[in-house]
Amino acid sequence: MKKLIALVLLWLGLALAGGAVAQTKPAEQGDKAPAATTTTTITETVKVESKEGTVTETVKVEEKTAAPAAPVPNKGDTGFMYVATVLVTLMTIPGLALFYGGLVRQKNMLSVLMQVLVVFSLLAVLWALYGYSLAFTAGNPFFGSFDKVFLRGITPDSVAATFSKGVVIPEYVFVLFQLTFAAITPCLIVGAFAERMKFSAVLIFMVIWFTFSYLPIAHMVWYWDGPDAITDAKTLEAVQANAGWLWAKGALDFAGGTVVHINAGVAGLVGAYLIGKRIGLGKEAFTPHSLTLTMVGASLLWVGWFGFNVGSNLEANGTAMLAFANTMLATAAAVLSWTFLEWIFKGKPSMLGAASGAVAGLVAVTPACGFVGPMGAIVLGLVAGAVCLWGVNGLKRMLGADDALDVFGVHAVGGILGALLTGVLCAPALGGTGIYDYVTNAVSPDYSIGGQVVIQATGVVTTIIWSAVVSLIAYKITDMVVGLRVTEEEEREGLDITQHGESAYHA
Amino acid sequence: MKFITAIIKPFKLDEVREALSAIGVQGLTVTEVKGFGRQKGHTELYRGAEYVVDFLPKVKVEVAVKSEMVDQVLEAIEKSANTGKIGDGKIFIYDLEQVVRIRTGETGPEAL
Repeated sequence: MKKLIALVLLWLGLALAGGAVAQTKPAEQGDKAPAATTTTTITETVKVESKEGTVTETVKVEEKTAAPAAPVPNKGDTGFMYVATVLVTLMTIPGLALFYGGLVRQKNMLSVLMQVLVVFSLLAVLWALYGYSLAFTAGNPFFGSFDKVFLRGITPDSVAATFSKGVVIPEYVFVLFQLTFAAITPCLIVGAFAERMKFSAVLIFMVIWFTFSYLPIAHMVWYWDGPDAITDAKTLEAVQANAGWLWAKGALDFAGGTVVHINAGVAGLVGAYLIGKRIGLGKEAFTPHSLTLTMVGASLLWVGWFGFNVGSNLEANGTAMLAFANTMLATAAAVLSWTFLEWIFKGKPSMLGAASGAVAGLVAVTPACGFVGPMGAIVLGLVAGAVCLWGVNGLKRMLGADDALDVFGVHAVGGILGALLTGVLCAPALGGTGIYDYVTNAVSPDYSIGGQVVIQATGVVTTIIWSAVVSLIAYKITDMVVGLRVTEEEEREGLDITQHGESAYHA
Repeated sequence: MKFITAIIKPFKLDEVREALSAIGVQGLTVTEVKGFGRQKGHTELYRGAEYVVDFLPKVKVEVAVKSEMVDQVLEAIEKSANTGKIGDGKIFIYDLEQVVRIRTGETGPEAL
């Protein structure tokens, strides 16, 4: 416990120091803008703001004119990203917290709510202290740099790149949007070791895992200099050299299939193995204490996920609305496939099954939502419902770990499926968007399904191995510092009373 | 005096209460209970995990009556709680030694 307190004090000290540094350098600009000045114009900015031009029209304007001017964020895009960020927060607290909370026994309800709430808050702060900088600045292919620790140099005028040339958003909303991703991902892991892990151990593990697994994988998959830096083959090469390892390889992950779901799912499975099964598993009834709350949580997840997936487009345009349609359709399709398969093979269509199907569909469409067509999304959802149903039944029995709330069976399995099928369904021949070429400023005419699936698989395997190794080390360190598991008596009495000193319900 | 305990299906409680009131029973005590008899339990399936639920919810009705009323009470409960399906429940009858009405201190049949 002393070590934990020391750690907390250290963070607070760093936070105060960081605030001071940030205040002394108010004029320092974000480093994403410089390339933009050479390729953008006033004419183009007006066009974007009036929302009349499509991406291709914007590009034509660029070629004709030469007077440089920095792009300004569009108010609509800014408002859109703000709403998306708020929705992802809603998706975590209370959405994910209630979804998980309803699934545990009454005596552990508060421990789950508390773990989600505090882990979210802890990582939100760490994100501002050093997370954003390590994930979203240029460094090496695996880690960013410390250039923006304590959000140094970011002002209300700083801008972040989107996926369209000449379109930017305020950097603060980008920082906050990505903050919610960094904060929800570790919360997903909580489900795997629910009902038996020490609260202090949860927090220590999360700090280590966030720093050494979430941040590098987010950097590998998502960091690049932005589209404005690409004008020809040579600048493309420079951007690729500067980008994250998997981004440079061309791995497609629209909203976080690898970074969020595979990453968290694998960490959960490793945790379930290391911590061991809950006492009484297989002998006593471990029935969910409130499927009503689980339904409330699942519904909030679905709604919040629109912020997650649609907001990942970073600007309010047609691709964002494609992601919206795909998120809706894949989720609905997965609800149907899980429900009907359960009805056929298990005898009854359960509410928990339908809610689990919704989450499976949401997870699977996450990497795909901006790349596939609506019919592709329905196919993806139908397959996801079926595969994740197997993930929590056959696969779970095969693995033999007590992954209490099926983090691996739903998030890792759904994430892997989504990542791989993104490579297939992105193909223009199958109704997908294909891959946009920022050199020719058009969708690349060549699309190789096989080639892209191999790239996607590289991303999947990299994430699995990276997360597994980091998790293993993080759990071992945590075990040495405070111990992972509560005592047998504490586990029987419930974590609410023994860890938090309160009860969820009073009869 | 006799003490009668009847285990019945929960949704039959109102009919049993009405039948007992109709023959002049002045009061009774009801408890929600769980148990099993010949009626099988059921299984519940949560994702991959299947649980057998052995104990089914029942209602326990307790009533104290004068000895001469026993047959009437038995008949009333038997008729009103009957569905003809397995799991209708059971009735137990005991001898009752003494009854005291707390407010007045009355004892015996007077206190019923």
